[in-house]
Amino acid sequence: MSLVFAGVCSHAPGITGRKERADPVLRDGFYAAYDRMRLALEAQKPDALVVIGAEHFANFFMNNMPSLCVGMGEVYEGPIEDEAWLGIQRHKVPGAPGLAKRLIEEMMQDVDLAYAQEWKFDHGIMVPLNFLTPRYDLPVIPVNINCQGPPLIPLKRCYAFGQALRRACDKVPERIAVIGTGGISHWPATPDSGKINEPWDRAFLERFLNGKRDELLAYRDEDTWREAGQGGFEIRTFIAVSGATEGARGELWFYAPIPIFAVGCTVAVMKV
Amino acid sequence: MSLYGVQKLIFQLNRDLATRQRYETNFDALLAEYELNEEELRAIRDPDIGLLYVMGVNGQLLMHYAALRGFEWSAYIEAMKEGERKYGPVRTGLYSRAEGRR
Repeated sequence: MSLVFAGVCSHAPGITGRKERADPVLRDGFYAAYDRMRLALEAQKPDALVVIGAEHFANFFMNNMPSLCVGMGEVYEGPIEDEAWLGIQRHKVPGAPGLAKRLIEEMMQDVDLAYAQEWKFDHGIMVPLNFLTPRYDLPVIPVNINCQGPPLIPLKRCYAFGQALRRACDKVPERIAVIGTGGISHWPATPDSGKINEPWDRAFLERFLNGKRDELLAYRDEDTWREAGQGGFEIRTFIAVSGATEGARGELWFYAPIPIFAVGCTVAVMKV
Repeated sequence: MSLYGVQKLIFQLNRDLATRQRYETNFDALLAEYELNEEELRAIRDPDIGLLYVMGVNGQLLMHYAALRGFEWSAYIEAMKEGERKYGPVRTGLYSRAEGRR
């Protein structure tokens, strides 16, 4: 088969951990968009969900930091964070080791990857799963792009990873969904937490939703850091989805800055 | 080892239950494994979240250590701001280019 669903969404820990402090109208609208995404995902009856995330030192540290890593575990567990702090209870999440192995082998024809049979999910994956697979019954294949500890993988290689993922999906019989989850602009966990550059976000989303590869790959980390914060480095996850959906256009289902969530809250779906 | 060691300690505390149990039962023995200097030891022990931020500890690590030490979210943000007022701009790491701040 191939990709049957592709989208992007936010994952900031405040989305669940500080929900009572958000503007209820914005929060509920954002949650409704997640739920719309859940219904659309379920309608495609995927066999597995690939989550392209930007984990935050839950598994990978500067002693051995992969630029790209794909999970090949039988089962995962998360969140690693305190359950009350994140507002999400700890769960076991099924993996898809056989499918992951076949995808990895195929992707390795084109890109260098690390793989991991152990993986603890942090908010970067658990917040999306909390909304999109609330029963934690859909097998997940986690992907991590190092967006936290520079040096960081160039954007063009994130795009190439997405292309390789798509080619690999095209060669297996399973129905595969993919979501990317990251920023866009934000300054998480710093004194500037809550700062959001909405014009920057909307300009990025226009490029993303219209598949403007060259314009997406033209972002430079120096500019992103200055204009979109260190959290902006997580555009790598969106760019990987763009590579996996090359030529497709998307629809923005929700965007609004919600400062207590420390991110411009986003839900968007690509037409695959 | 310095900043790398500080961050490695927090990384282990955040993700490893056994390390967290050692933090609760014999913190000094745990700290002794990380070759931290006096300033770093003080910042971890007190804890001085603002100083850890100014040292360059990544916020994705630090926010969890702050939570472990009882800092509510707003208190955590304020502690970092106080650190900048008290110790100056961030010295190294991802947040060190102060000109990018508003």
